[in-house]
Amino acid sequence: MAAVTSAPVDTSAALVQAATSLLDWVVIAPVALPILGGALLMMVRHRTHLHAAVTFAVLLATLVSTLMLLSRVVGDGALVMTMGRWLPPFGISFTADVLGASFAAAATFATSAAAVFALRDIDATGRRYGFYPFLLLMIAGVNGAFLTGDLFNLYVWFEVFVISSFGLLILGSERRQIDGAVKYAVLNLIATTVFLITIGYLYGVFGTLNMADIARKADGLRENGPLMTIATLFLLAFGMKAAAFPLNFWLPASYHTPRIVTSAMFGGLLTKVGVYALLRTFTTLFPVERAILSDVIAVVAILTMVLGALGALAQSDTRRIVGFVVISGIGTMLAGLAIGSPLALTGTVLYAVHSILIMTALYLVVGLMREAAGSFSLHDLGGLYRSHPLLAAMMLAMVLAAAGLPPLSGLWPKVVLVKAAIEGNAWWLTAAILVSSVLTTIVLGRVFALAFWRPEQDTSLRSQTRPIDAVAGYGTVFVLLVPAVWIGLWPEPFLHVAGLAAAGLSDPAAYIGSVFAAQGGS
Amino acid sequence: METALTALVGLFYVVSIYLMLSRHIIRVLLGIAIFGNAVNMTIFTAGRIMREVPPIIPEGQSALDGVTANPLPQALILTAIVISFSFFAFLLVLAYRAYQELGTDDTDEMRIAEPEGEGLPPLGY
Repeated sequence: MAAVTSAPVDTSAALVQAATSLLDWVVIAPVALPILGGALLMMVRHRTHLHAAVTFAVLLATLVSTLMLLSRVVGDGALVMTMGRWLPPFGISFTADVLGASFAAAATFATSAAAVFALRDIDATGRRYGFYPFLLLMIAGVNGAFLTGDLFNLYVWFEVFVISSFGLLILGSERRQIDGAVKYAVLNLIATTVFLITIGYLYGVFGTLNMADIARKADGLRENGPLMTIATLFLLAFGMKAAAFPLNFWLPASYHTPRIVTSAMFGGLLTKVGVYALLRTFTTLFPVERAILSDVIAVVAILTMVLGALGALAQSDTRRIVGFVVISGIGTMLAGLAIGSPLALTGTVLYAVHSILIMTALYLVVGLMREAAGSFSLHDLGGLYRSHPLLAAMMLAMVLAAAGLPPLSGLWPKVVLVKAAIEGNAWWLTAAILVSSVLTTIVLGRVFALAFWRPEQDTSLRSQTRPIDAVAGYGTVFVLLVPAVWIGLWPEPFLHVAGLAAAGLSDPAAYIGSVFAAQGGS
Repeated sequence: METALTALVGLFYVVSIYLMLSRHIIRVLLGIAIFGNAVNMTIFTAGRIMREVPPIIPEGQSALDGVTANPLPQALILTAIVISFSFFAFLLVLAYRAYQELGTDDTDEMRIAEPEGEGLPPLGY
């Protein structure tokens, strides 16, 4: 190259000048810590005896960082860190608001409990095949999706946790796992590819991928840009990830096939990322399009709620029952998005947190029932009330929580959602929420009646049973039940946080302001 | 140039969706491979195609002189290619294992995880 003499370009105006304070690193810690932990475990993958200890240490640090992050964003509003110090929208922003931070905290908490359960559920072979590294990379992807402020970055985090989930899903390489994994992998890949198409269109229209930048430019582009097309494609892509009817068929085909602890993490976390992405795109980015699409979302929500519960009624495998209960819960969350008022969004956020905790715990209880009675099938289960009274108490708590009965966590989000639906004159949604709750009560009540109250069916299954571990068995479910009971008995702090998250969604001005603070707000 | 590529992208989508609707896993996989390429070309075309016009702002100015291709979509595609390639590699192995273990590549016959005729759960005790 010919030497061109020119004055050095002054880039200081395009850079964040202030050094990032040590406390602000908490934004990136819930993602960076598990990735580092996962990479470390990959390096020592032969020494499986180290895996569990490293995972617990990393998850504990991650949990502390998400809780610190949550307490900071509740107090001071959204916290932003822009990569490479380029000013947004040029650098990729991590934008932690109350919604993302609370979901990340709940997800890390549920994963930590599941990691303890895995001590007994995953044998040395499973560890050798990389259960714990996959677990850490999956929670990194999930937390990254919750905390990122950039759409393409969101796509990358989706792929991170999806590809980790493939590894977890086929751990063991049983025939049924491979069968389920084929359907899970193909349909999830199509969903993320549709998401990528949408990002391409969106960049063509907006010229930016930063969510706050999109939110502030949307009003000016609504006249001429095909925003409705983009919003509909987002509904398709994220609806598929969230397992909303009629795009939910990958979930009942695959979620009952892996190890029970894997099912628990999938049921608790992965569909909620889809719900989070729907909440983020349809309230922060495209509120006008959400209002236009609200009837479509409402129909999807009603069908998901009712058909999910009906699907659960028709199953005799307890894991598949829980899979359909997960789908039914997704419908309840979408109901709040269909109504769209701050109260409804509060209900959706609280329901999602409740669902992360309870769906994880429900799968774990089903796994404990398998350990205690030797079967997953309702035809074989029986006599557990007499032999395992503590397990019966836990299952009863699950029935109450999942159905939305007091004194567990399912009650308040449903109360809030029903109140919002009545205020919004959405009678069909009100009816569907209540009917699906009744159906869920019947479904899980029947599991309780058959597995616990019915006399023992088949004594030959006793050879397949093993004693339930106090810590890695009862302990993990108990830990998940503590916040669930807390939400049920004293919901004010949780409702307050969920209300803040919903307020941040309904009025994105604070979210936008936090990203562009360095440039004077707009 | 863009018009021709747009038509090609449309053709890619048609072919990939037709293949993905097949019952045979191998065709679905081919469809997914073409689907991924169709998406990459969509983004590539959307970022404008232009040869030999570097996106460099001349000295003393704060904006580009003329029209040029947007470099960011090309960076996005690079990321997307890497991801879709790794996914596709995994899917190929998974499909091959499924063919070995299940003895079929017809999705209608892949009913190990969801057996047909399971019957109703117990209706009473």
